[in-house]
Amino acid sequence: MNDALLKVSNLAVSIRGDEGIARILDRVDLEIPRGRIVGVVGESGCGKSTLIKAILGVLPTRARIDAGEIVFEGRDLAKLPPDVLAREVRGAAIGFIPQDPFLALNPVFRVGTQMLETMRWHAPPQWKGRHRERLVELLRAVQVPDPERALERYPHEFSGGQRQRLLIAAALSCQPRLLIADEPTTALDVTTQQQVLMLLRNLVAEFDLSMLFVTHDFGVVAQLCDEVSVIYAGQTVEAAPTRRLINEAAHPYARLLLACHPDRATDLGGIPGSVPSPFAPPQGCRFHPRCPIAVADCASARPIIEQTSERHDVACPRYRLPLPQGATP
Amino acid sequence: MLLFLIRRLLLAIPALLGLMVLTFVLVRVVPADPATTLAGETATPQQVQEIRRKYGFDRPLYEQFAIYVGQVASGDLGNSVFSNRPVMDDVRRTLPATLELIFVSLLLATLIGIPLGTLSAVHHNGLLDHVVRVVTVGGLAVASFWFAIMLQLLFSMELEWLPLRGRIGVNIGAPPSVTGFFLVDSLLAGRWDQFVSSLRHIALPAITLAVPALATIARFARVGVLDTMQRDFVQYETAVGYPRHRIVWIYVLRNSVIAAVTQIGLLFGALVSSAVAVEAIFDWPGLGSYAVQAILSSDYKAVLAVTLVVGVIYAVINILVDLVHGLLDPRVAEQL
Repeated sequence: MNDALLKVSNLAVSIRGDEGIARILDRVDLEIPRGRIVGVVGESGCGKSTLIKAILGVLPTRARIDAGEIVFEGRDLAKLPPDVLAREVRGAAIGFIPQDPFLALNPVFRVGTQMLETMRWHAPPQWKGRHRERLVELLRAVQVPDPERALERYPHEFSGGQRQRLLIAAALSCQPRLLIADEPTTALDVTTQQQVLMLLRNLVAEFDLSMLFVTHDFGVVAQLCDEVSVIYAGQTVEAAPTRRLINEAAHPYARLLLACHPDRATDLGGIPGSVPSPFAPPQGCRFHPRCPIAVADCASARPIIEQTSERHDVACPRYRLPLPQGATP
Repeated sequence: MLLFLIRRLLLAIPALLGLMVLTFVLVRVVPADPATTLAGETATPQQVQEIRRKYGFDRPLYEQFAIYVGQVASGDLGNSVFSNRPVMDDVRRTLPATLELIFVSLLLATLIGIPLGTLSAVHHNGLLDHVVRVVTVGGLAVASFWFAIMLQLLFSMELEWLPLRGRIGVNIGAPPSVTGFFLVDSLLAGRWDQFVSSLRHIALPAITLAVPALATIARFARVGVLDTMQRDFVQYETAVGYPRHRIVWIYVLRNSVIAAVTQIGLLFGALVSSAVAVEAIFDWPGLGSYAVQAILSSDYKAVLAVTLVVGVIYAVINILVDLVHGLLDPRVAEQL
């Protein structure tokens, strides 16, 4: 496990807002070994997007990293100057696939112009003059029909699935080592979703990449990811290899989340309550107000991280206890 | 595209007809009786009657209108009741002067206004932003005639850098007319001295007209850029490593400029009317000066002609604005 491409440890990010200061990320740990696909799962509003922005160095100006490290290929991205991040990380070492393919592309520029822009600034110098060729190859790899013509067309002339393929090709254009995908299939219909997932899986193997895949859907994680990390209200609560987590989830939140999945649930009750506002998070374990097995201690002390087995971490001292019958739907 | 042009040109015809009805009625219901004016102060009632018949003023108004529309359709704007010269000649002489003035003003306003508004948006709520906002409000609030006189006082009277009035130096003379724009014609004729003289003459009136236009354009560019910066594709472009200056000055600006183009089109119309006062102050021999003279002398043929020309300008500008939209936004182009 020393061969981690990206290792986020104890990351804390806060944002100044009108209501005060919000700890969006409180304690996030994440490790992406080379060649692996790691899923980050959590409900909306738990800090998934902020985590991605922190890694890419594109946090809004009101936000700041309070603590922690983001070590990528031996360098702490949290401490790199902005111009180095812009020059050497974004678009170069790390490729990014956005959530909504309908909104991410600039409507008034040709697709080719937009894809070439990233290459213009981040492609290796020896590729000079062959950027277009490379894009055509990539578009073929992501199965966009008629790649030469596709580059001349505008975003609105493509379907959602096609656009997502274009964005995947763009992310790959400058030979990144890491891909970061922000719920890239949520905006697509189910069949297209399946095709895009298959494509991503093959590309990661083919181009020898690692990938951070953010989603709220355990079904997608089960299909795609080698390992998974569950975050709740800005805290990592559990991390394990995918099989292990799906079969033997330990943290009450992860267990409830899994039980909610349509493939498993007997009735879709969901988890009572909602993710707390980051402006007034609960003390101690942030999940305790919604937790069926919480005790008084949970509200005072932040849970330490325990290893249930090798490579399976959980942030709950009571993870061995069964959940009461009524709590699981 | 061609179909769009044809459709828009056909649609402009009823609009212009409507404009003609309106101005015709307005010009003819005002108390000034063209026959009396024409006949002069010493004319006898018989003479006035004579003139009425000769010019057709004794026929019903709708008949007169039909005759006028027929004339206009065949390219004849009639003769000035004042000088008896064809109005078309006057328009041909004065229109290029006004168009040149407006083009130069708008060029100035656009070339400065759009970067200024963009810079202001990039430094949102910063010092530059505040300065630009105050200055642009000022630019809109200032009265053109006052500003024109101040410019004359400072640059012509006090510093003596620029000429006070006119379109070109009297002893230099106008270049042979090709486009009617002195700045272009002088270059075509290879006369550098004429070009410099035209430029020096157009500077002050153009600046006078440009200032409020610049303020409007800068404000629209600023709001447009601020709006566009909120769009998702800006975040995406940052995340995939576009440099910041490329995002702002190319990818955001092209989206924001689309709204500003509509403004520039509207400004063109507004400038035609502001030009009336500015031309009078700088003695600029344009359509505005001509219109003032026509109204004061009850030259109704000339007034009708000027209104019609301005109407045509509006129609053309509107079509141009739509075409430029199509150039800037492929989704609009598809609908043209």
